[in-house]
Amino acid sequence: MSEKILEVKNLHTSFFTDSGEVRAVNGVSFELDAGKILGIVGESGSGKSVTAYSIMQILASTGKVVDGQILYRGEDILKYNKDQMRQFRGKKCSIIFQDPMTSLNPTFTIGSQLMEAILLHTSRNKQEAHDRAAEMLTLVGVNEPEKRLKQYPHELSGGMRQRVMIAMALACEPDILIADEPTTALDVTIQAQILELMQELQKKLGMAIILVTHDLGVIAGMCDEIIVMYGGRVCERGTAEDIFYSPKHEYTKGLLRSIPSTGNQKEKLVPIGGTPINLLNMPKGCAFCARCSEAMKVCLEAVPEEIQLSHSHYASCWMNVKDLMQKEGGASNE
Amino acid sequence: MSNEEKKVQKLVEVEGLKQYFPVKSGWGKTIPLKAVDGVSFDIMPGETLGLVGESGCGKTTVGRSILRLYEPTAGEVRYNGELVTRKNMHEFRKEMQMVFQDPYSSLNPRMTVEDIIGEPLDVHKLYTTKGERRDKILHLMELVGLNAEHATRYAHEFSGGQRQRIGIARALAVDPKFIVCDEPVSALDVSIQAQVINMFEELQEKLGVAYLFIAHDLLVVHHISNRIAVMYLGKIVEIADADELNDNPMHPYTQSLLSAVPIPDPKIAKAKKRIVLEGDVPSPLKMPSGCAFRTRCKYATERCAQECPALVDRGNGHKVACFNQ
Amino acid sequence: MSEMDKMPKKAPFSMQIDLSKFEKATEEEKRQQDVMSESTTFFKDSMRKLFKNPLAVFSIVVLVCIILLIIIAPKVVPYGYSEMLQVNGVRDKTAQNLAPMTYSEKELEYMEETGEKLFPHIFGTDELCRDYFIRVVYGTRVSLSVGLFASIIVLIIGVLYGSISGYAGGRVDLIMMRVVDIIYSLPDMLVMILLSVVLKEVMPDMPGLLGKLGSNMVAIFMVFGMLYWVGMARLIRGQILSVKENEYVLAARTIGAKPGRIIRRHILPNCLSVIIITTALQIPSAIFTESFLSFIGLGVQAPMPSLGSLANAARGGLNSYPYKLLFPALMICLIVLALNLLGDGLRDALDPKLRK
Repeated sequence: MSEKILEVKNLHTSFFTDSGEVRAVNGVSFELDAGKILGIVGESGSGKSVTAYSIMQILASTGKVVDGQILYRGEDILKYNKDQMRQFRGKKCSIIFQDPMTSLNPTFTIGSQLMEAILLHTSRNKQEAHDRAAEMLTLVGVNEPEKRLKQYPHELSGGMRQRVMIAMALACEPDILIADEPTTALDVTIQAQILELMQELQKKLGMAIILVTHDLGVIAGMCDEIIVMYGGRVCERGTAEDIFYSPKHEYTKGLLRSIPSTGNQKEKLVPIGGTPINLLNMPKGCAFCARCSEAMKVCLEAVPEEIQLSHSHYASCWMNVKDLMQKEGGASNE
Repeated sequence: MSNEEKKVQKLVEVEGLKQYFPVKSGWGKTIPLKAVDGVSFDIMPGETLGLVGESGCGKTTVGRSILRLYEPTAGEVRYNGELVTRKNMHEFRKEMQMVFQDPYSSLNPRMTVEDIIGEPLDVHKLYTTKGERRDKILHLMELVGLNAEHATRYAHEFSGGQRQRIGIARALAVDPKFIVCDEPVSALDVSIQAQVINMFEELQEKLGVAYLFIAHDLLVVHHISNRIAVMYLGKIVEIADADELNDNPMHPYTQSLLSAVPIPDPKIAKAKKRIVLEGDVPSPLKMPSGCAFRTRCKYATERCAQECPALVDRGNGHKVACFNQ
Repeated sequence: MSEMDKMPKKAPFSMQIDLSKFEKATEEEKRQQDVMSESTTFFKDSMRKLFKNPLAVFSIVVLVCIILLIIIAPKVVPYGYSEMLQVNGVRDKTAQNLAPMTYSEKELEYMEETGEKLFPHIFGTDELCRDYFIRVVYGTRVSLSVGLFASIIVLIIGVLYGSISGYAGGRVDLIMMRVVDIIYSLPDMLVMILLSVVLKEVMPDMPGLLGKLGSNMVAIFMVFGMLYWVGMARLIRGQILSVKENEYVLAARTIGAKPGRIIRRHILPNCLSVIIITTALQIPSAIFTESFLSFIGLGVQAPMPSLGSLANAARGGLNSYPYKLLFPALMICLIVLALNLLGDGLRDALDPKLRK
């Protein structure tokens, strides 16, 4: 049942800017099972979007995957040529972006943009593509699909446009859908609609979803598995329950403490101190050490290795090493 | 001034505030865009009133109209019982200030931190010597948790959270008693949000300022506010104590808004049944008749289409504008 | 940063366990990890970028060379731009249309007699026995200063008009921009030609430098002052409209700052890059206009040369003396190209949209 569909191994992506190399992603590894929803959560600059863009190979011109493998059903897509990559994008894996206002071309109708995606990847003729486009719009809950197909993007509201984007992404039935902050630009009530829709479509079509977001609330309600990123590295990964109920990385713990809960209003928030990491000036040790309240000397010196804590739960924090050592009385075996 | 007999005088009173913007409809004709359409509320000294609503509901406009960044179409704003007019506004700018949403565009990139925080002091001539100015600026920077060594740096060298602190220091420079906070944390990362929220709370304890806290994030608003007002298409549909509103929302819009909030807890989130609203917010240019929410409301009746419900007190200061609840 | 890669990746459990490393780090140690990058101002950063651009550096070098040339050459070269060559106080009629780096018969005789070395005619001479090099140098002087002053006129009027119109907005903006539209529709060349004719009639003798340059030049300046600022004004207005949208302008209004202060301290400094770029690109276009007018005979008053009038004069003997057209034409190309490349370099360095 749980077939590994995508495997990312030790991914390193850098941007080469005027001020030097920016290591946006620094050795990220994870697996995605077919039909699962994987959440990547982190703050701006944590490398979550760059990871997603690396999979799609749509990095900005200064960005480059420096090291690592991205295996799609065992094939390394980094070795694909341009044609194979074009086949991969859209047909096997597609992406929806944060801003539904700019990701649709304002000079073409919804219909022609949708049909273009369909004609490009399938052998349908024009009429069939048109029917498919209308069918897709119905699927994503757009009313009066025939009328919408003739409309231009600016005639639709933000939520509607995001629905069209989803329809376009799903038109060729990809195995993987990457959603990069799909609801950040939308209002709460519209966000609820879109999240509901994505869950529904996932059940219906059975694709795997990678949901990239900074919103822990969205992640909690949607995802089976979660990756927490900071400073271009994976801090912790595991099931939603692992992450929310027994976080094992200081950053995850801090993150969970710093969001207001619904229940007790007057409980003070416990923020994470300091300022976000400067990617041009990465510390030698753990990326989070300067802001970590529990930081130890070793954290400043060495990057923590990922440790498996349960069959699904992994974390990269020296605190776990310390705990293990104390538990085993300093014994040094696994 | 019979108000003076009451034990606490209201700090800010907003009465029937209306803000229409002319929108061109061709051939020199304009039609009014009713951004704010008759909003009334009060704020007590040292209190935080949260103002929530979706984009385009007019919440930002309310804040800006109170500070006369727009000339209101109708309505009154009183500060300490005194009517704020266009003429005496300059004086009130020492009492009422604003913190902006975008920490990137709210600070002039060509000015140093010292000049940004010092500008209100310059404008209102609140110092006599250069040394006094500098002392005041350093004091303000300390107050918001900024390192004094950074006074000569430019705003673009700081991270979002630090920039927001600079913006708050600028607002505090004139020692105001009332600050409009226009989505001050929505552009910040979660871990930084908490820092800034805590700082707002600490400053309130220390300086006794009142806030009008405008945001779309209900969790944040609920955390920081004493009372919350919910806006929909230019009108307040519900106003109540923060906990009361959270536990017992009466307006169908508030109910769906609350249920749409993603809860950062997988078990609760997955078990929760959302009240998903159908459709989109109508354009403020083509407002529905009667109650503005009726096009998306599942309780809507004939009456909702004909009359506009007034904000009625249901006890304990919990006011709702709905016929059916 | 590269240490990170070189660092051996120790598996935590095979590592020698050093419990002292698991003590809490001090605040001091943590703070060292968190360094703010070096402080730079916007302009320092931009200049650094500009000097990284080889084309821009090349054009700066060319422009500096040209400016040094037009300052130093008249002091070194013993000939005047309007004087006919003389040998021993006698007019040298054999020095007509000399080729570059040659001497006239009389000069050769003179040099042989006295053994004195005369200054060479680097670009030869023209048909009136004048040293062509110094004429080209003076022509460059005239063309460059016309370009510069015309651009300054455009800059001042355009910025003033544009910022008032952009900041005031509403009805004021509407009226001011319609005026701009009307001015845009006037044919500039026609106005310039008419104006120079009228000026010649109305005041044939102007005092000082203006008289030397002639009524045509005054007409050029006037036309630049009257007509050419509209482009700059429109640009500044657009820029101000977009800068005005920034929240820091709202913040300044919230503080209670007056409009003058807001324009001065908040809006104009943030339009500066556009102003600089446009001015840099305005100079070559003004030089072109001047050259063109001089070429069709509406430029500076003879004997004052300009690059355009030199090129025009060279037209006659084009078959015999092609170099006479080549030198001024080359100079125009060099100046205009250098200024355009510099303008482009400035845009890359200053335009925030292209910045990270």
